[in-house]
Amino acid sequence: MAKASVTPSAEERLILTKKNRRWDEVRGRSLVTICAIIMIVATIAVTIFLAQKGLQSFTVNNINPIAYLTSTNWNPVGENASFGIFPFIFGSLAVTFLSALIAAPLGIGAAIFMSEIAPKFGKKFLQPVIELLVGIPSVVYGFIGLVVLVPLVRDNLPGIGFSLFAGVIVLTVMILPTVTTIATDAMRSLPNSLRQGSLALGATRWQTIRKVLIPAALPSLLTAIVLGMARAFGEALAVQMVIGNTRDLPGSIFDTSATLTTIVTLNIGHTTYGSIENNTLWSMGLILLIISFVFIFIVRYLSGRRKI
Amino acid sequence: MNSRITDRIATGVFYTIAAIMVALLLYLFYFILSNGLPQVTWDFLTSPSSSYQAGGGIRDQLFNSLYILVITMIITVPLGVCGGIYMAEYAKPGKITNFIRTCIEMLASLPSIVVGLFGLLIFVNITGWGYTIIGGALALTIFNIPVMVRVTEDAIRSVPKEQKEASLALGITRWHTIKTVLLPYAFPGILTGAILASGRVFGEAAALLYTAGLSTPTLDYGNWNPFAENSPLNIFRPAETLAVHIWSVNTQGLIPDVREVANGASAVLVIAVLLFNILARWLGSVIHKKLTAGK
Amino acid sequence: MNYTADRPMETKTEKEIAPSERKASKREVVLDVKDLSIFYGNKEAVKSANMGIEKNAVTALIGPSGCGKSTFIRSINRMNDLIPSSRAEGEIIYEGINILRDDINVVALRSEIGMVFQKPNPFPKSIYNNITHALKYNGQKNKKVLDQIVEESLRKAALWDEVKDRLHQSAMSLSGGQQQRLCIARTLAMEPQILLLDEPASALDPVSNSKIEELILQLKEDYSIVIVTHNMSQASRVSDKTAFFLNGDIVEYDDTKKIFTNPSEARTEEYISGRFG
Repeated sequence: MAKASVTPSAEERLILTKKNRRWDEVRGRSLVTICAIIMIVATIAVTIFLAQKGLQSFTVNNINPIAYLTSTNWNPVGENASFGIFPFIFGSLAVTFLSALIAAPLGIGAAIFMSEIAPKFGKKFLQPVIELLVGIPSVVYGFIGLVVLVPLVRDNLPGIGFSLFAGVIVLTVMILPTVTTIATDAMRSLPNSLRQGSLALGATRWQTIRKVLIPAALPSLLTAIVLGMARAFGEALAVQMVIGNTRDLPGSIFDTSATLTTIVTLNIGHTTYGSIENNTLWSMGLILLIISFVFIFIVRYLSGRRKI
Repeated sequence: MNSRITDRIATGVFYTIAAIMVALLLYLFYFILSNGLPQVTWDFLTSPSSSYQAGGGIRDQLFNSLYILVITMIITVPLGVCGGIYMAEYAKPGKITNFIRTCIEMLASLPSIVVGLFGLLIFVNITGWGYTIIGGALALTIFNIPVMVRVTEDAIRSVPKEQKEASLALGITRWHTIKTVLLPYAFPGILTGAILASGRVFGEAAALLYTAGLSTPTLDYGNWNPFAENSPLNIFRPAETLAVHIWSVNTQGLIPDVREVANGASAVLVIAVLLFNILARWLGSVIHKKLTAGK
Repeated sequence: MNYTADRPMETKTEKEIAPSERKASKREVVLDVKDLSIFYGNKEAVKSANMGIEKNAVTALIGPSGCGKSTFIRSINRMNDLIPSSRAEGEIIYEGINILRDDINVVALRSEIGMVFQKPNPFPKSIYNNITHALKYNGQKNKKVLDQIVEESLRKAALWDEVKDRLHQSAMSLSGGQQQRLCIARTLAMEPQILLLDEPASALDPVSNSKIEELILQLKEDYSIVIVTHNMSQASRVSDKTAFFLNGDIVEYDDTKKIFTNPSEARTEEYISGRFG
């Protein structure tokens, strides 16, 4: 069964030429490479455009960046306008760290439960529960915070209900599934020999968990916490609905407060594009961007540690 | 003896934590559904929202949410799948691949309000479109692409190496192998991931506030000409989605029945996300069974 | 030597090939491996191998696991390209061309040098479509021609009688041995010159195993076959020539009869008599 009347020579068949090249491969490869380039372009575009816009309050409006970051006086309207965003930075950091502080032990505890205490029940039942918790939209968390948590705080604790505390609780609930999921993966990826070795030496399960498993998984567990913090730091609407959004530094955890995200969310639509106040809001956006990059670098650093 | 007691206490603590998680979910669902479901009537789903009076529905918001979701997925799925193919099959280990991976991680971890700001800057202000559906969809694309890339890459990498070798060894190009062997095999994984991503897109609000906007023009559902001003299909019109609606009624609070509307809308939103979840699991397992049948 | 005129290049090729590596045999050399070294990163998996693989013969590659025989066979159709850290030096001359060159059309090469793997790997499609998968890609759309090729290939792979009534059923419903013969049929449909078999029977039961062996002996009439095997008696039953690999070196390459009855190297004898490996 001859393929053609004249069989091409080995040279013609086997050496890559324009004639025998498979062009679908070239087209396909180009197509997917373009998509990969689009991702690079998107990342660079987000960075450059937000940086350029976010720096305008310093370059165009001549606001002193140091004063901008450290002053506690936010009074963007009127003759003696003052742009100090320290209270919002403080608010963002406070809700981030406090919610991580509560979510970390709970999330890691749940992870240990799923990987060490009851793996079958964990996988069959708790895992879907956590996936569903991840899936609940943040406005729904915010709404429930608004109609359940805020009145509860108002009736039982000092303050008016809207507070840093309420924000922390809402964020804790939101980042808990994130922390749990990643921590569970970390615990599950530990080799069984670690467990068996320790148990064989007569250690109890808790001793094994505390002395062997947690130290071994530590970089990954920290990654889980950092990613949870990144989510808390960037969350806007849910926090905005319960925190009260006042411009002053909170005196206590039950005082109203504000974060970078909540101020941007509330005001970016109500200020004139290009005005000083509007530009200072874009600068907050830039800070959010930079800090989210910082979180990524921490995660990368931790995952580098993990391999060692 | 002491260590036994500590061990018991610790086990108890872990059980408590697990119980807290389950209780939390049960409470949240109970709250949302028990308060929301009574509001979800046919009338609520099919009447337009009102600006000042009680009794508004969520017809337009529901449509907008679905429409933005569809447009976002139309843009994201091809881009994300191609990006995932590149990462799984064509990326060579090295600096460039590392850089792309960093980019994907950065995009994935952008706070959604930052994505919204970028969308506002580019798709609203610089393009001069104002608040539009397409602007919202493009903003959502930015944070949805990394998800689709990851899902596709994982799905393609999980195809048995033997399948790929079989095709390549027959003198078939890598691209044709991807199209005819790897993608069909990876399809259930990609589909499941895409549906789960849809749930996320459906519930997203912060990225849409200032890209798709907080309002919807009066729509004529009889007009399916996508270029008409009042057509629901017009992608250059503002569109408030369901998730954004929940936020805006609570924040601006101009209607007297905020609670009722928000309860009902939340229930619809959560049920939708739940359905996406169940659908993803079910389809994933059905297709998986079909593919491996006869083994 | 029973090939006909549809590959006119081969006579010319024969003249071009240096006879240096040819052993005392009358057969033509189809693949001339010269100083082939293959590296994975810094590890040298095959060390400066020389071997003339003969036409219409079965060449067996034996040796303990990790000795480089699989790496060697996978370099012949450039499947090692899939491993990013791998690198080859030296030459493999096929039809007068060094197929390790960078500008080789790997896709065309693989359709001339087919490969069957250790684990049967049919596509999760019908038996029929498994065979037409590559043909359709190469532009063969004519249903009659496809039908004919499917039947021919399945007959050659001694599978036709078992599956002719269920060509459109999933290939996954076949037994392991049948799946492997389907994989062979699928490769034969491409009309390759050379057939590379990487431990084709090691995952199969003894009955399927002997069927594959029978098949190999039949296929030898039309193809040049290189087979990697762990099974000594299999190598002695099916092959004409045998190469013994150890730690990346070809310790000995000779007629199978000689290797199994009177090897020149002590290490070969130790391995064959089961003292290691």
